[in-house]
Amino acid sequence: MLRQIHSLPGLIAALLVAVLALTGAILSVQPALEHVAAPSVATDTISVAALAGAAQAQHAEIDKIVKTASGSVLVSYFEGDKAGVDLVDRATGQVIGPHTPSATIRFVTDLHRSLLLGTAGRVAAGLGALAMVILTITGAMMLAARLGGWAALLKPIRGRSRQRWHAQAGRLAMVGLLLTALTGCYLSLTSFELVPDGSTQQSPAASGSGADRAPVGSLAALKAIDLADLRELAFPYAADPTDTYRLTTAAGVTQIDAATGEALSFQPHSAARQIYELIYMLHTGQGLWPLGLLLGLSALAVPVFAVTGAMIWWQRRRFLPRFESNSPASAADTIILVGSEGGSTWGFAKTLHVALTRAGYKAHAASMNALAPSYPKAARMLILTATYGDGTAPANANAFLTRLARHKAKLPVAVLGFGDRCFPKFCRFADDVAAALATKGWPALIETDRIDRQSAQSFALWGEQLGAVLGHKLALAHVAERPRTTALELVKRLDFGSEVQAPTAILTFALPSLPAERTVWRRLFPASLPHFDAGDLVGIVPPGSTVPRYYSLASSSRDGFLEICVRKQPGGLCSGFLNDLPFGGRIDAFIKSNPAFRPNASAAPLILIGAGAGIAPLMGFLRANRPRREAHLYWGGRSPASDFLYRDELASCVADGRLTGLNAVFSRVADGGHVQDRLTDDAQSLSALLRRGAQIMVCGGRDMADGVSLALDAILAQMGLSTAELRASGLYLEDVY
Amino acid sequence: MRHLARAFALAVPLGLAGAITQSAVVEARPVRIATTLKPYGGNGAYLAIYITDPQGKLHKTVRIAGGKAKYYKHLSAWNRLSGGRIDGTTGASVGSGQSLSVSVEIADALIDAGYQIRVDSAVEDGNDVPGDAVAPLAQSDAGKPVAGRGYVKSLTFDM
Repeated sequence: MLRQIHSLPGLIAALLVAVLALTGAILSVQPALEHVAAPSVATDTISVAALAGAAQAQHAEIDKIVKTASGSVLVSYFEGDKAGVDLVDRATGQVIGPHTPSATIRFVTDLHRSLLLGTAGRVAAGLGALAMVILTITGAMMLAARLGGWAALLKPIRGRSRQRWHAQAGRLAMVGLLLTALTGCYLSLTSFELVPDGSTQQSPAASGSGADRAPVGSLAALKAIDLADLRELAFPYAADPTDTYRLTTAAGVTQIDAATGEALSFQPHSAARQIYELIYMLHTGQGLWPLGLLLGLSALAVPVFAVTGAMIWWQRRRFLPRFESNSPASAADTIILVGSEGGSTWGFAKTLHVALTRAGYKAHAASMNALAPSYPKAARMLILTATYGDGTAPANANAFLTRLARHKAKLPVAVLGFGDRCFPKFCRFADDVAAALATKGWPALIETDRIDRQSAQSFALWGEQLGAVLGHKLALAHVAERPRTTALELVKRLDFGSEVQAPTAILTFALPSLPAERTVWRRLFPASLPHFDAGDLVGIVPPGSTVPRYYSLASSSRDGFLEICVRKQPGGLCSGFLNDLPFGGRIDAFIKSNPAFRPNASAAPLILIGAGAGIAPLMGFLRANRPRREAHLYWGGRSPASDFLYRDELASCVADGRLTGLNAVFSRVADGGHVQDRLTDDAQSLSALLRRGAQIMVCGGRDMADGVSLALDAILAQMGLSTAELRASGLYLEDVY
Repeated sequence: MRHLARAFALAVPLGLAGAITQSAVVEARPVRIATTLKPYGGNGAYLAIYITDPQGKLHKTVRIAGGKAKYYKHLSAWNRLSGGRIDGTTGASVGSGQSLSVSVEIADALIDAGYQIRVDSAVEDGNDVPGDAVAPLAQSDAGKPVAGRGYVKSLTFDM
């Protein structure tokens, strides 16, 4: 629900709000510029009477003297049939020069207030401000839900890059935008007179004596006022003998007899006026230039929201289900229910639906929220669901548990969770659903399973299990939207570990030196590597398969090559293909970004832990560690003589300071051990590093990662901490396979 | 003609208004007042077009141009003379470089009698200009444009 409230006005108002924000950002700089340009006088040493006298000496008829919020003093005058405005020195009253407001700023102001469309535009701008209020509040609520509560609002944000940008910008700009938008709404309401701004207040019509006017510099009531207190001094109209001076200060308006200099009346500003002035200042930053700049910076986040928001929406939209021959719920024998946040789970559901339909089943796929009270022909239910944020239901599944309570039948059910192990509550919602079904007495068709980061391999394995129960083969060849691949050529390979039964190769790829077709276009714009960083994944589709395999990258595109470590698995299709690849052999590869597995931006130490081929991303981070951040590597192999991957390059990293401590452990040597043993041995120095806010990054097999987590928990327990807590604050990252 | 006006002033309290209305109408004429603004380039200007008597007091408001009453006080000279009471017509504000033409019945007695047509102007984020343009209500000045000192380029009346 929150999502709909957020994305609907977001999409409709994106352009409008972006225009308001950009123009607002431009205007926000003005108070600061005026502050810099305004002659800086520590204290005003001149009285209003003296200043007015100096102005009167320059021009025949003065209209008014205004001191702006930024402190500039402006004198408006009439000279014959001309009107003009002078900027004057606030210390001496001397004219500095004519004041000419910028036509550009006036244009931008009009665009900001009314989109250059008059009253209709003002209404639109007001609605834009309202949309911004709604978007900021719902956005903040969504972010809090995603991070696990308001208290967690400052925790690191993980997820796809566009979502991270959207959320990160939102977190930074939230307060500023809310202030801008709320004050903007108020100003819009006052402009349409729906809220009083105190401007209707009429000053009492005091009449002057009408005697000959005295020189303004001699008027007692003006002599008593320091320039610091002045806002505006309006001169009497020359053709109206009984007209008075009207002196406006922060307190109110005083009318002064032009002949005697006596104060005739004083009217304090109304409360409505004072509120208006305060809110005007908060919105424009006029008279509060640092706030203006802050608000302007916040406003710059809005175009980022518009673009990333539209991308997120489009991404979700693109994955909306289009099932061919979806059986109606009442006739289906197999019900597939989907809980999806970003839409990728729908893709898996579609693969399942196609495979089941091909096998002769009448499958019905729907959102989990569409759970019907009963399915008359159904023999089984398959639930595929992601988890949203801190363990809650995805948008299209948030009513599932309530609906389930009213459901009559009990079907054999299989639950499959989709998620990312990097998140603390991995597949929590799938577990909750499975538990709720078990409590209601639904028999489990197969055990609840989890898919980490859209692994097609795991999904295929789950399909095999399901097929075993159904009594036939069920091949689930899921191809996530196949991205555009780039052809790469093997330019270097180093082989290790065959003597210790762990054949592993470091494979280095580059763009083909002689591209197949050298068109004019290609000559002008030579192909370049897609952008990637160490820790991202490269997807490689081996010949004879449709399912890509992913490998962690040991290099970034800036290095000009793409490097991976591949352990040859017995019977492994892709690892076999890669291990047999000759020099010059080609692969079709695409990049899958993995922003969750990256060193953070802090200066605290890095603790890199891995085993075997899991060294790849860690090596990439060390290569890129040009700032010489303190880094300690714990890595486990089998024998230093056979599978010490990157031995020479690690040595040169130690030599030039990119690697502080190299701790390599080998299991097949005397007194050898595993990497987790070495962690336990180093408990003291590790806890010292952890006290300094060190970030831990683990890459390798699941068993190794579990061992590492156990060893570290033992160390952390003495500090009153746990890996779970470090995970939650982004200080414990895993890339596990 | 002056005695007629005086007779009118006397006749109203005496309940004789109806008897002499007809002759009073005969003694008035339509005057067309055209105000043209300079191409100052900002938002639409608020204008007060009004007639003052020889003592500088408000005789009659002809037109207040501008949509929002809360801004009328920026038509400062008129606002002071009228106390904000509008005894004429109101209409939309006048855009930069645009013209506004209004017609009003003016008694012959006011012509060449020291009366003036005045225009006050005001623009949002701009200035308030009391007495932007002032034209004496005299037979010899009819059709002669008077230059303004603020947003008004020229003020012309024809009769």
